[in-house]
Amino acid sequence: MGKEKQYETVIGLEVHVELATRTKIFCGCSTAFGGEPNTHTCPVCTGMPGSLPVLNEKVLEYAVSVGLATGCEITRYCKFDRKNYFYPDNPQNYQISQLYLPICRNGSVEIETKDGTKQVGIHEIHMEEDAGKLIHDEWEGCTLVDYNRSGVPLIEIVSEPDMRNAEEVIAYLEKLRLIIQYLGASDCKLQEGSMRADVNLSVREAGEAYGTRTEMKNLNSFRAITRAIAGERERQIDLLEAGEAVIQETRRWDDERGCSYAMRSKEDAQDYRYFPDPDLTPVRISEAWLAERKAALPEFQTEKKIRYREEYQIPDYDIEILTGSRQMAELFEKTTALCGEPKKVSNWLMGEAMRLLKERGLDPEDIRITPSNLAELIAMTNRREINGAAAKEVFEAMFDTDVDPARYAQEKGLLMTHDTDALTRAVKQVLKDNPKSVEDYRGGKEKAIGFLVGQTMKAMHGKADPALINGMLRELLSGEAKFDA
Amino acid sequence: MKPMDLTAAELGRAIKEKQTTAMEAMQAVFEVIGKREESLNCYVTVDREAAFQRAEEVQKRIDRGELTGPLAGVPVAVKDNLCTKGMRTTCSSRILGNFVPSYTAEAVVKLEEAGAVIIGKTNMDEFAMGSTTETSAFGPTRNPWNEAYVPGGSSGGSAAAVAAGECFMALGSDTGGSIRQPASFCGIVGMKPTYGTVSRYGLIAYGSSLDQIGPLCRDVTDCAAMLEVISSHDAKDSTSIAREDTDFTAALTGDTAGLRIGIPRAYFAEGLAPAVRERVLAAAEVLRERGAIVEEFDLDLVQYAIPAYYTIASAEASSNLERFDGIKYGYRSGETEGLHKMYKKTRSEGFGEEVKRRIMLGSFVLSSGYYDAYYLKALRVKALIRQAFDAAFSAFDLILGPAAPTTAPLLGESLQDPIKMYLGDIYTVAVNLAGLPGITVPCGLDNTGLPVGMQLIGNCFEEKKLLRAAFAYEKARGAFAACREEA
Repeated sequence: MGKEKQYETVIGLEVHVELATRTKIFCGCSTAFGGEPNTHTCPVCTGMPGSLPVLNEKVLEYAVSVGLATGCEITRYCKFDRKNYFYPDNPQNYQISQLYLPICRNGSVEIETKDGTKQVGIHEIHMEEDAGKLIHDEWEGCTLVDYNRSGVPLIEIVSEPDMRNAEEVIAYLEKLRLIIQYLGASDCKLQEGSMRADVNLSVREAGEAYGTRTEMKNLNSFRAITRAIAGERERQIDLLEAGEAVIQETRRWDDERGCSYAMRSKEDAQDYRYFPDPDLTPVRISEAWLAERKAALPEFQTEKKIRYREEYQIPDYDIEILTGSRQMAELFEKTTALCGEPKKVSNWLMGEAMRLLKERGLDPEDIRITPSNLAELIAMTNRREINGAAAKEVFEAMFDTDVDPARYAQEKGLLMTHDTDALTRAVKQVLKDNPKSVEDYRGGKEKAIGFLVGQTMKAMHGKADPALINGMLRELLSGEAKFDA
Repeated sequence: MKPMDLTAAELGRAIKEKQTTAMEAMQAVFEVIGKREESLNCYVTVDREAAFQRAEEVQKRIDRGELTGPLAGVPVAVKDNLCTKGMRTTCSSRILGNFVPSYTAEAVVKLEEAGAVIIGKTNMDEFAMGSTTETSAFGPTRNPWNEAYVPGGSSGGSAAAVAAGECFMALGSDTGGSIRQPASFCGIVGMKPTYGTVSRYGLIAYGSSLDQIGPLCRDVTDCAAMLEVISSHDAKDSTSIAREDTDFTAALTGDTAGLRIGIPRAYFAEGLAPAVRERVLAAAEVLRERGAIVEEFDLDLVQYAIPAYYTIASAEASSNLERFDGIKYGYRSGETEGLHKMYKKTRSEGFGEEVKRRIMLGSFVLSSGYYDAYYLKALRVKALIRQAFDAAFSAFDLILGPAAPTTAPLLGESLQDPIKMYLGDIYTVAVNLAGLPGITVPCGLDNTGLPVGMQLIGNCFEEKKLLRAAFAYEKARGAFAACREEA
C-alpha cells in the first residue's frame, strides 16, 4: 500500500424533533402515544376530502423559542409549503412543511470539543407534520395504516456542514437536546423517535472542496450514529481509493448488521413540486409577540453554571450534572431554597437520584420528586429523626411514587427510637453477647466497634441513631467493667 | 296556493304564516323532480325519504317556534362537492363514486341550522373542472330552458335545479365562474362572495385559493337571504374572515342613485355574442335610468386572467387531488399488483379526461425548473390583476359586464376544444384571482330563447353594494319568464 492520503470527514445533520404539544399541528387531535390505531384522528389528519388545516400556535411558539435559543434570525413573514409525494402513510399525499420561508435561519450552537469550543452553524429550522405509520401484517399479507402520528408537529433543524467527527456530532446533538429540553419543547428521546438525526456525510482530502455527500437515515441511538459515521467514512474512502465516485444517495443504516445500504439515489429523486399551501395563511410575527417569546426563555445551562458557582458552594462536577437537565436543576434550586443546604441537596441528587435513574433506566427528565418532600427528608435527617439507611429507603419510595417522607417513615416504622432506656438495654446486651469483640476493641482493634454498632442497630430493628450508639459503646468500653451475664 | 310559484323567501314566509308547510313544499319539489329529473339529470343523489323526514322534523320545530329564520322549511339542493354526513358525496367523479363523508361541510351545517331542508346533491363538472357539467361521471345535466343545451358549469346541476323548480335554492361553488356562468345560462341569480366569506370547511377543494361557496337562487332577495345564512367566520378554515356586515338583506333598498358603475371596454370587445352584448348594455341603461352613473373604462390585464387562472387553479388542483389514491376511501382499481401500480390504475380509471388534463397541467407548472416560469409568474399576474381592480374601484363602486361571451352552448359542442371552453371564462376568472364578489342577474333572452346574464363585480367585502344594484335592476326589469312554467 502506498502513502496514505489524509481524509477529512465533513458532516451536517438534519435533526427532526417531535414537539411536546398536547394536540397536533393542524387539528385538535391528541398527540399522546399508545392509543389504539386510528383513535387519535379526525378528518384533517386522515386527509378526508374537504378538511382544512389550522395551525396550532403552540407549534409556532416552540419553533421560535428553539430558534431564539440557537441564535437564529426569526422570519417575520413565513409560509407553509406542500411537499408532494405519494405514500400511504401520508394521507393527503403531500406533507405540509416549509421550504421557501422557514421560520428560523442562520443560527449556531456552541459545542465543547477536545480542542476547545466550536460553533456549529444552523442553516434553518422549519415546522412540519409527521406522517402516519404503516404496519405490515405478515400473517394476513397486507399493510395497514395507523394515522395516530399523522399531524404530530415536528421541527427540522438543519445544520451547516460544520462537524468533522462523531464526537462533534454527539456534542452537537447533546447540546441541541439540552436546549430543547430546557425549553420544554420536546423530550428529545432518540430511542423513542422524538428526536431523529439524519447524517449527511462526505469526505475530502485536506484542503480540497467538499466531496459528494450521502444521507444516512434510521439512526436511533448515539451509538448507532457513531458507528454509522465510522462506517460511512470508511465506505467513501474505500470508493475513492479504488478510483470510484461516491454517489449522492440516501442510505439506510442497519445497526444490527453494522452496515448501510442505498435507499434511493439522486437520479430517481422525486420532484416534490413544492408550492405554498393555499389552505394556510402566511404567519406574520409581531415585535410584541417575539418580545414575549424572548422574555419567556428559561435560564439555559451556560448561565446556570455561572450562577451556581457563585451561589452554591458545590463542586464543578456536581454543577455539570445538576444543570444537565432542567428538571434536575429545578429540583435542586427549589429544594435548596426550602432547606438552605445546597450541598446536602446535591448529595442526594448526585448520589441516590442518579443511582436510581440508572437502575430504573430513566432519564433525569423523568424525576418526579417534589422539592418540598426532599427538603422535608433532609430536615428529618437533620433532626435525627431518621438514620441514613432509613433515609435512603424513604428516598427510594419518594423517587418511585413521590410519597410524603414523614408519613412514609411513620407508616413503615423507619423513625428512630428516642427510648434511651431501651437503647441502653440493647447496648448492654450486645456487649454481654459479644465478649470477643469487646476484648478486641479493648485490645486496640478499633474496627470491632463497627460490628458492635451493627449488632445494636439490628437489635433496635434499625430504628436507632448509629452515632448515638457509637458514643454509648465507647463510653461503656472506656471503663474496665465486665459485661458477663 | 302553489308553493312552486313562490321564491324561497316567500315560501319561508308562507310556511311561517301557516299557509303551507315544509312537507307541502317538499311535495311540490318532488312533483317537478318526478316530471323533469329523468331528462334534466340535475341530481347525483336524491334521498326522497330522508328529505321528507327532515321536512317533517323542521316543520315540528317551526311549529314549536324554534325555527324562525326566513329559510326555515325551504327545500334546498347542495352541490355534490360539499360534504354531507351520511349522504354520498361524489364530486361527480368515479373516484368518489362510493364516498360517504363522516362530517358535514360548514356551509351546509349553517343551512341546516337555519331550517333549510336538503333534498339531495347536485350534478357538476367532475371536481368542478369544466364549464358545461358535461365532464360529470354521472352524465351531463341539461338546460331546463332547452334540453338540447348545457346548463353551464361547473355548478350546472344546482343552476338547472333552481331554474326548473327541482329545488327552491341551491349551493354552488365558484373557482373561476362556476356559480355565475351557469346561473347566467339558466336564467337565475348566482353569487360568488368575497373570498373568505363562506367557510370552505367541507368543500372538496379544486383550487383552494380561488374556491368560494355561494348561492344560486330564483331572485336577488333569496340570494341575500341565503348568503346571510351561510356566511360565517369558521375557526376550522384558516382563510375564513370575521365579518360583521353580513346582514345582506338590509342592502335590498332599491336605491341606486349616485352609484358609479364602470363598464370595461375589453369586456365588450371581439368574441362577445351580439345578443349578449345588447342585453347586458340594455341592463346597464336600466341602472343609468335609475340614477346610477355608468361609464366605460379600461380594465388592465384582462387578457392575462385566463392563463394565470388555469396555471394557479391547475397547480393547486394537482396537489389537492393527490389524496384520491385508492388507499383510504373512494374507488380502488380491482386489479392491483403493488402499490404504485394500484395508484396508477386507480387514478387512471377513477378520474375523467378533463381532470387528468388539469392534473397534468398543474403538475407540470409546479415541477422543478418550471415553477418560476409558470406558477410564480402566474402568482405575479394575479397580484397585478388585483392592483388593476384596486385602481378600477378607486373610480367606481361596481363593474358591470357579461357573465359569459355567449349563451349556453349545445350539448356536446364544448369538450372537443378545451381551449375554446377555457376562453369562455374570460369575464369570470379575474374575479376569483382578485378574491372579489360577483353576482349575475338574468337580463333577457337571446334569439333562441336562452337566458342572458349580467354580471356585477364589487370590491372585496362590498356584497351589499352588489346586492343593492342587482336588486334595483331586478325590480326595474320586472318578472323574468321562468322556464319551469313552460315545462
